[in-house]
Amino acid sequence: MDNLFDDTENTFETKQLTVSLGPQHPATHGVLRLDLDLNGETVVKCTPYVGYLHRGIEKLGENKTYFAALPLSDRLDYISSMNNNVGYVNAVEKLFGIEAPERAKFIRTMVAEMGRLSSHIVWLGTHVLDIGATTPFLLAMTAREKILDLFEILCGARLTVSYPRIGGVRNDISQQFLDELYAFILDFPSRMDDYETLVTENRIWKERTVDVGIISAEEAINWGLTGGTLRGSGVDYDVRKYAPYDAYDKVDFKVPVGIKGDCYDRYLVRVGEMREATKIILQCIEKLPAGPVMAEAPKFTLPPKDLVLKDMEHLIHQFILITKGPTVAEGEVYVGTEVPKGELGFYFISDGSGKPYRMRVRAPSFVHASVMPRLCEGGLLADVIANIGTIDIVLGECDR
Amino acid sequence: MIKEQFPDEVLDIREFRGQVAVTVKKSRILELCRYLHDEPSLFFDFPADLFGIDYLGKKENRFAVAYNLYSVKHRHRILLKAEVSESSPTIDSVLPVWAGVNWHERECYDLFGITFTGHPDLRRILLPEGWEGHPLRKDYPLKGPGPDQEWQGFTDVLDRAERYKEFEWHG
Repeated sequence: MDNLFDDTENTFETKQLTVSLGPQHPATHGVLRLDLDLNGETVVKCTPYVGYLHRGIEKLGENKTYFAALPLSDRLDYISSMNNNVGYVNAVEKLFGIEAPERAKFIRTMVAEMGRLSSHIVWLGTHVLDIGATTPFLLAMTAREKILDLFEILCGARLTVSYPRIGGVRNDISQQFLDELYAFILDFPSRMDDYETLVTENRIWKERTVDVGIISAEEAINWGLTGGTLRGSGVDYDVRKYAPYDAYDKVDFKVPVGIKGDCYDRYLVRVGEMREATKIILQCIEKLPAGPVMAEAPKFTLPPKDLVLKDMEHLIHQFILITKGPTVAEGEVYVGTEVPKGELGFYFISDGSGKPYRMRVRAPSFVHASVMPRLCEGGLLADVIANIGTIDIVLGECDR
Repeated sequence: MIKEQFPDEVLDIREFRGQVAVTVKKSRILELCRYLHDEPSLFFDFPADLFGIDYLGKKENRFAVAYNLYSVKHRHRILLKAEVSESSPTIDSVLPVWAGVNWHERECYDLFGITFTGHPDLRRILLPEGWEGHPLRKDYPLKGPGPDQEWQGFTDVLDRAERYKEFEWHG
C-alpha cells in the first residue's frame, strides 16, 4: 500500500477535458455558454457561445415608429432599464434635433443614477455570490428593493420602465417620491459601508480577485471595452465626462479609475461609482429646476394626454404621430451614453419616414463577453467565474 | 485629411448634427483603418462599433459595413462606411488593427451574409448553427420564413415532444 502514491507524478496521465459551462448555470449571469478546454485546472482554450437570448431587437426596431420602439430599449439590459431608455431617447432627440427641458434633463439624470445604483447592487451581489460570499447578495438586494419601489411610485413599473420619453419624461415627479428618495439616499452610504466591510478588505476576496484577469490599458482600449471594465485598467474614459448629455455637465462628480486592471480594481471602481451616484442624486434633488417635463416640439413629441382626451385637434395630432410617425430629416446619428455596464450606443439611420431605417444598438456586454477568452486562457477554472462576474455582462444586452 | 491620403477611395463626406460620416470604397479598407489608427492627429484607437447596413433598392451597392471609431486621446469620433456590393459580399477584416471587432464582424456575417476575408473564426454567433438565411436583410420577413421552413433544431424539439407525449407504464 505504500507504493500506491509513489511515482504518482510520473505515471499519472492527464487528458485535456472539454467542459461546457453550459447555458443553464447559476454563475453565468444569464444564458452564456463557455466551452472550456481544461488541462487539470488550467484553462487552455475558452470559447464563448452567445445568442441564446437573441430576440431580433434591431429588426423589430426597423418596423416600429420611434415612439413604439422605446420599450424595445427597456429590454436590452433589463436590470437597468432606465439607463437604456435615457440612451435611446438621447439618440432620437439628437436625430430629431429637439432638446428636452431642463427639469426633464435633471430628472433623467437622477433616475439614470438610480438605475446605476440598482445595476451595481445586482453586480455586487451576484459577483460575490459566485465567488462564495453568500451574505452581501440578499443584504444588497434590500436596498435595490427600495429603489424599485421608488420606480413604482414614479411611473408604475419596477423593472422595464418606459419612463424617459422622446422630448422629456413621461410624467412629473411627486413630492412623495422626492421625500422617499431623499431619505433613502441619506441612508445609502451607511449601507455601502456595510457591504464594503464584508468584502473589500476580506482576505478570501482578495485572494480570489487580486491579479486575476489582468488587462492593460492599451489592450483594453483596443478591445473596445468600456465602463467599469475599462476604468479598472486606468483609462478614465467615461461618456458622462467626455461627451456629456442630459444634466451631467451641471453636476459635480468624480470618475473612479483603477491601476492594475485586475478584478479587484474593477470591483473598487464600481463601488466608487456607487458612492459617486449617491452624490449625483443628492445634487440633482437640490438643483432640480421648475418647469415642464416635455419639450415644446409639436412635430416630434406627443401632446399631453389630458388634452388629447378633451380636444379634437390634439387627438388628431396624437393619431398622426402614432400611426404614421414623425417626419424626420434624412441622416444618421450616433449617441453613446454611459450605462452601468459600459457605453451603450444607438446609431440611427433615417430615411425620412417615421420608422428608423436602421437602428443599431451598440451593446457593451457584447464586447465584454468577447474578451472572455483573452482573460481566461492561461488561468484557473476558479478564475473563470471571477472573470464572468467582473466583466459585468447581461445577456439581454449582449444578444439583443 | 483622409481625402488627401486616399483620394480614390472616398465617395462621400457628410456632416449631420455635428457628426462626420465618410463613405468609402471597400478596396483599401484595411490600409485606411491602419492609417486612421496610427496617424497621430487622428489616433482612432477605440473600435466602438462595426455593423452592416442593407440599402435594398436605395443604393447601387446594396450593403455597407459601418465602422464607428472613437479616439480616447483626442475625444473625436468618425463614422466610416464602406460600400459592399451584393454580387461580391466580401470585405477585408480589420481584426489586425483592433481586436475588439472580432465578434462584431461575426455578427455582421451572421445577420447580413457579408464575409470578412482574413477573419480567423467566421461563424454564426447570435443565431444557432444550421440557420439558413440572413435575418437583418431587408428582404427577410420579420416573423421568419414560415412554418414549412423552420429551423431543424426547432422541428427536432417538436418531434421529440410528440414522441414522448404518450407515456407507457411498464407493469
